[in-house]
Amino acid sequence: MAEGETESPGPKKRGPYISSVTSRSVNLMIRGIVLFFIGVFLALVLNLLQVQRNVTLFPPDVIASIFSSAWWVPPCCGTASAVIGLLYPCIDRHLGEPHKFKREWSSVMRCVAVFVGINHASAKVDFDNNIQLSLTLAALSIGLWWTFDRSRTGFGLGVGIAFLATLVTQLLVYNGVYQYTSPDFLYVRSWLPCIFFAGGITMGNIGRQLAVYECKVIAEKSHQE
Amino acid sequence: MTLTDRLREKISQAFYNHGLLCASYPIPIILFTGLCIVACCCPLLKLPLPGTGPVEFTTPVKDYSPPPVASDHRPGDPNEQPEWYVGAPVAYIQQIFVKTSVTPWHKDLLAVDVFRSPLSRAFQLVEEIRNHVLRDSSGTRSLEDLCLQVTDLLPGLRKLRNLLPEHGCLLLSPANFWQNDRERFHADPDIIRTIHQHEPKTLQTSATLKDLLFGVPGKYSGVSLYARKRMVSYTITLVFQRYHAKFLGSLRARLLLLHPSPNCSFRAESLVHVHFKEEIGVAELVPLVTTYIILFAYIYFSTCKIDMVKSKWGLALAAVVTVLSSLLMSVGLCTLFGLTPTLNGGEIFPYLVVVIGLENVLVLTRSVVSTPVDLEVKLRIAQGLSSESWSIMKNMATELGIILIGYFTLVPAIQEFCLFAVVGLVSDFFLQMLFFTTVLSIDIRRMELADLNKRLPPEACLPPAKPVGRPARFERQLAVRPSTPHTVTLQPSSFRNLRLPKRLRVVYFLARTRLAQRLIMAGTVVWIGILVYTDPAGLRVYLTAQVTEQSPLGEGTLTAMPVPSGVLPASHPDPAFSIFPPDIPKLPENRTLPGETPESGGPVEGTLDSPVPEITWGPEDEELWRKLSFRHWPTLFSYYNITLAKRYVSLLPVIPVTLRLNPREALEGRHPQDGHSAWPPPQPRPDGLWEAGPKGPGMAQAHRDVTLYKVAALGLAAGIVLVLLLLCLYRVLCPRNYGQPGGGPGRRRRGDLPCDDYGYAPPETEIVPLVLRGHLMDIECLASDGMLLVSCCLAGHVCVWDAQTGDCLTRIPRPGSLPPSPRPPGPYRQRRDSGSGSGFEAQESWERLSDSGKSGPEEPGDSPPLRHRVQGPLPPSLFRDQPDLTCLIDTNFSVQPRLSEPTQPEPRHRASCGRARDNPGYDFSRLVQRVYQQEGLAPVHTPALRPPSPGPTLPQAPEDEGCSPEKGSLALSWAPSADGSIWSLELQGSLIVVGRSSGRLEVWDAIEGTLCCSSEEVSSGITALIFLDKRIVAARLNGSLDFFSLETHTALGPLQFRGQRNSTSPPTYSSSDTVACRLTHTVPCAHQKPITALKAAAGRLVTGSQDHTLRVFRLEDSCCLFTLQGHSGAITTVYIDQTMVLASGGQDGAICLWDVLTGSRVSHMFAHRGDVTSLTCTTSCVISSGLDDLISIWDRSTGIKLYSIQQDLGCGASLGVISDNLLVTGGQGCVSFWDLNYGDLLQTVYLGKNSEGQPARQILVLDNAAVVCNFGSELSLVYVPSVLEKLD
Repeated sequence: MAEGETESPGPKKRGPYISSVTSRSVNLMIRGIVLFFIGVFLALVLNLLQVQRNVTLFPPDVIASIFSSAWWVPPCCGTASAVIGLLYPCIDRHLGEPHKFKREWSSVMRCVAVFVGINHASAKVDFDNNIQLSLTLAALSIGLWWTFDRSRTGFGLGVGIAFLATLVTQLLVYNGVYQYTSPDFLYVRSWLPCIFFAGGITMGNIGRQLAVYECKVIAEKSHQE
Repeated sequence: MTLTDRLREKISQAFYNHGLLCASYPIPIILFTGLCIVACCCPLLKLPLPGTGPVEFTTPVKDYSPPPVASDHRPGDPNEQPEWYVGAPVAYIQQIFVKTSVTPWHKDLLAVDVFRSPLSRAFQLVEEIRNHVLRDSSGTRSLEDLCLQVTDLLPGLRKLRNLLPEHGCLLLSPANFWQNDRERFHADPDIIRTIHQHEPKTLQTSATLKDLLFGVPGKYSGVSLYARKRMVSYTITLVFQRYHAKFLGSLRARLLLLHPSPNCSFRAESLVHVHFKEEIGVAELVPLVTTYIILFAYIYFSTCKIDMVKSKWGLALAAVVTVLSSLLMSVGLCTLFGLTPTLNGGEIFPYLVVVIGLENVLVLTRSVVSTPVDLEVKLRIAQGLSSESWSIMKNMATELGIILIGYFTLVPAIQEFCLFAVVGLVSDFFLQMLFFTTVLSIDIRRMELADLNKRLPPEACLPPAKPVGRPARFERQLAVRPSTPHTVTLQPSSFRNLRLPKRLRVVYFLARTRLAQRLIMAGTVVWIGILVYTDPAGLRVYLTAQVTEQSPLGEGTLTAMPVPSGVLPASHPDPAFSIFPPDIPKLPENRTLPGETPESGGPVEGTLDSPVPEITWGPEDEELWRKLSFRHWPTLFSYYNITLAKRYVSLLPVIPVTLRLNPREALEGRHPQDGHSAWPPPQPRPDGLWEAGPKGPGMAQAHRDVTLYKVAALGLAAGIVLVLLLLCLYRVLCPRNYGQPGGGPGRRRRGDLPCDDYGYAPPETEIVPLVLRGHLMDIECLASDGMLLVSCCLAGHVCVWDAQTGDCLTRIPRPGSLPPSPRPPGPYRQRRDSGSGSGFEAQESWERLSDSGKSGPEEPGDSPPLRHRVQGPLPPSLFRDQPDLTCLIDTNFSVQPRLSEPTQPEPRHRASCGRARDNPGYDFSRLVQRVYQQEGLAPVHTPALRPPSPGPTLPQAPEDEGCSPEKGSLALSWAPSADGSIWSLELQGSLIVVGRSSGRLEVWDAIEGTLCCSSEEVSSGITALIFLDKRIVAARLNGSLDFFSLETHTALGPLQFRGQRNSTSPPTYSSSDTVACRLTHTVPCAHQKPITALKAAAGRLVTGSQDHTLRVFRLEDSCCLFTLQGHSGAITTVYIDQTMVLASGGQDGAICLWDVLTGSRVSHMFAHRGDVTSLTCTTSCVISSGLDDLISIWDRSTGIKLYSIQQDLGCGASLGVISDNLLVTGGQGCVSFWDLNYGDLLQTVYLGKNSEGQPARQILVLDNAAVVCNFGSELSLVYVPSVLEKLD
């Protein structure tokens, strides 16, 4: 419904009584900030989950273990999630296929819960080998996509994000900028893409839900009633 | 019919039957379900309760050997070893409990001497233990061979590096404080500080370093300057890896030999195995809490969607109960069939809930609720169930499939999870079908009953129904009136959650929800919970210790009480003592020291010369380790990164060691600084037989008490300050006064003010609107094109106002004095003045009104003061760009109309008013003649311009070609009754199209007030009109549609006197043009019943009728494109816009959204109880109002209700959309502005005293953002307040 209007956002005749969200940039900023904090929070929590995986049984300091990874990791995750969360609705709009599937907050919450669950499983469940871990996580991630997204753009973007993020991480590790906390190198490498994929889908879901909101404000119609 | 379809039908049929069953026998079914739940949960009783406290198991020392690794554990034998007693323990812990004291006590000894030399003995003991070697036939065994060899400490414990052993035997003693170096100890000037340097400053719940090294709870150690007993106790803790009975035996024998404990009665015959559960640290707690938060958010958002039921919370609870008990059932069933849960229940629980989900329940509710309300409950349930059956089954199959895939991952944990989830899903389905459906049916029945009960009395009081109107409709409407007349029901919709960071809103939100207080409260509860959870033993010990110390029994209990004389061994060296009860020796001291409290007397070693055994061993000393924090051992092992979770340690029987030191030894061990240390030696009492004793306990008591009181006072003070602070904050931030009436006497109470979901009552303002007066009776129709405003009242007067200034430009009085017949029932404009919901009364009053109104207009001048605006701030400049119309219209309305005489060339309408006095009708001939005379134009004549009375003759203009079709019906229309009242009104350009009850269509020039043309060949009343471009469509009472086209005889051009009009607006018709109206097409039987709604946009014309259908026509050729069926009641309102979205509302309270291109129904919402009275859309929402005085806002794409606004009584249909996110609604003497996206009330504007208490019945939004409200007989022109403009 909104595709007709999106081409000409600039000089659109706009009634004088539109509240401040209408200004696109402000709205974009708010969404970005919200997404950023969600990303930071999830990064901290999920990092904690991974820390528990037998690296140190008794972390001497809990607070320190929350921030055990490099300081720049959570902000990076936050930024990435903001970018992803903004990218999804944007691409939806440009491709002209607005996402219609299950656009409710409860569904988004469910998606986030499943995402955390996938992380939890990868951290807590002992797998026989890494291939099994990879396959299981991949199945779970695709299940997540099928349950909560089901859009081709979502899938494509998720795969792209997973690929890109894994690549960046590998580069960082090879250059010695960053190190896996886990001594088991293969273990980390086997779950990383799946987690990135699921994370991309989840953040995209949140971003879309936030953007539903913006669409309502921005989208305008010519008729005056 | 494919297989799927057949399956679908079968399922639907089955669900239908099931729904009928459930709704028919609710109580038995609920009972049955409850029984099922209980039966399935029964096996859960066998499961151990979750908890992390350690579990003990005792085995005799004799013939002890570590249990085998592979246990042949039989569950049937409860006396056997517990399940965890498998394999060797992590470690064997041998505690050597040393009690030592300086005896006899000398008066010149210092307080430091109490513990300095006793502690120094620890070095010697440790040495002895380390050097102990067992030599027997199998070879030599030393401690090093058997003990637990530890490696590095954890990296974070660098500061403890010198204190805890590394790379060697784990052997702990107080000597570790000085690195087991005697010289260091002797060189240490301040022992107390050394010991306490690693004590945490804050409250610590787990074991501290002092506890670890001393091995006894801190207060038993006696290492204190204020110790009352002058007895020091500590343990030397040995940790063995392997159990070697001979070595341990020899060690025990040797130590007992070296340091005999004569009165010790330890039996030393049992090993205690302590099993530790998995522990939950904060690190694990954070993700857990996160998942639970997400879970609650999910449940919250889900249950928010439950709507239109009697008890929203009841149903939400039922939904949650359904899911929870299905989980319990799943665990119970799995346990029943022999599968023991190994996963951590608390961890997987949120995920299970999320997987099972609340969706089905919500879908069920929505589907049942959206069935027509007038059906029987049974049928509603059945219909709702069967309509959603397919999707429910499909979803369930999908979920089962996904879970099955998970099952084939062959990872045990995931398999177990999936198993639980599958059983949970199935039992959830079972519960949904039986439990939830039944609860839903009960709820819906309750709703109906409640409504009926509520509605019965007024119904009984009603006068017998007249055969007018639609009796069926009124009855039904009575039955379904809402039960809550005055609530603002703003659904916390999904869109309301992410709010703008408006500073004020956040503050208000915080204040209203008392978020800070709640957070603090929750934090405290969680903290206490964690405290209790992580360290119940330690806390309990602490508490009991406090109680013991405070109790009057005193501190002698430890030594004195548990040692009754009979228990003392026979070898007791002091028979004299043993015959005394322990408390007796206190008495002399009490006598000698009158200042002391009785309990300060303390231990029995009072007399100097008697060899009293200060050191006694009681049974509780044997188990002193129990008094340690239960995290003592886990903490110790965790320092070396060894977990005790799900494992056990074995505690060997304690070896008692008694050391007696004489004062000489104590003096030898003294540090040179001890003499002049910061603590002066306890002052010797003059009569003191023992010096430190009397003072010590008193001081200690006082000291401890003071500390306790200090802490208590501090805590109390902090609490009070916190409360006060919060109170202030609350007062400052939340100025809402609950329940207190505010405002002036004439004003509504503040509590009545509409406030939004956050309790934020926005600023209310009062502005003086432009009041447009001039109508004698209630205003019936309003139309506007942005520049002009046309209103028509019940009396039949039509007024044209300037929408900018509020000036009355033209008045077209009613051309007859006929009582206006009530409008057809189509357009729902009945005012429920009485509030009783009875349409009859309203109609009756209407008629009465119109009767009185009949005599009203005859009065000369129509009460002149009302003619012009009262305020009259008429800016003269406004007339600059106006044409000089003075020749036509007298803008000076204050001139008494009485002056006008028909003979004079007067302004038109005054003349008409004057004429109206003697003539009941309006003499149009004069008008026409005057127009002839004054302007000399071609007469714009129509045959409709005829007086109702036959008296005045009408010069029939011969040049009337454009309206030739009407000629045949001339005779009919001459009848006085033919004029009828105005039923519909449209305005475009400067032409007013009027549809009358007589079936006459009139086109008036708005500026000049002249009739341009008319048409009346059909006598059926015009119920609705559309005037679009040059086309007029009239819908008639008999269901026919007439298409007219307007033809102008001269070329159209923009008028010179309305220069500011922009080009987008339709062309105005200059007065010099001849306008003719030609019937182009008639659809004789568009509908079977009267057409009640008519809208046109995007080249389409939509009609809605009482025959429950809508029809879509093409405007160009009047071709019927679709007939839309889907409503189960008469159509009351229709909306269509340029995007071809069509919305319709009907008497069934339903709103349907249609696709005009395909004619298909997009969605169907059950919106209101009672009729939908008006409907409008923005780009994102559908806004509907109903007879239930609710305005509901729906999401346009999903059909989900976002929120609703409760309107004042009688203002139900007054709403207007100013922009895409600004909604204006009318109230009692006020208009409110709402933010459409969030449902926030932005501002309420009171419209002065005049309109106080009058409901705003209609609201019309003009282009220039003015709002026209209809308050009975007057109109108010309100400009949107500047606050809102600032908001933008």
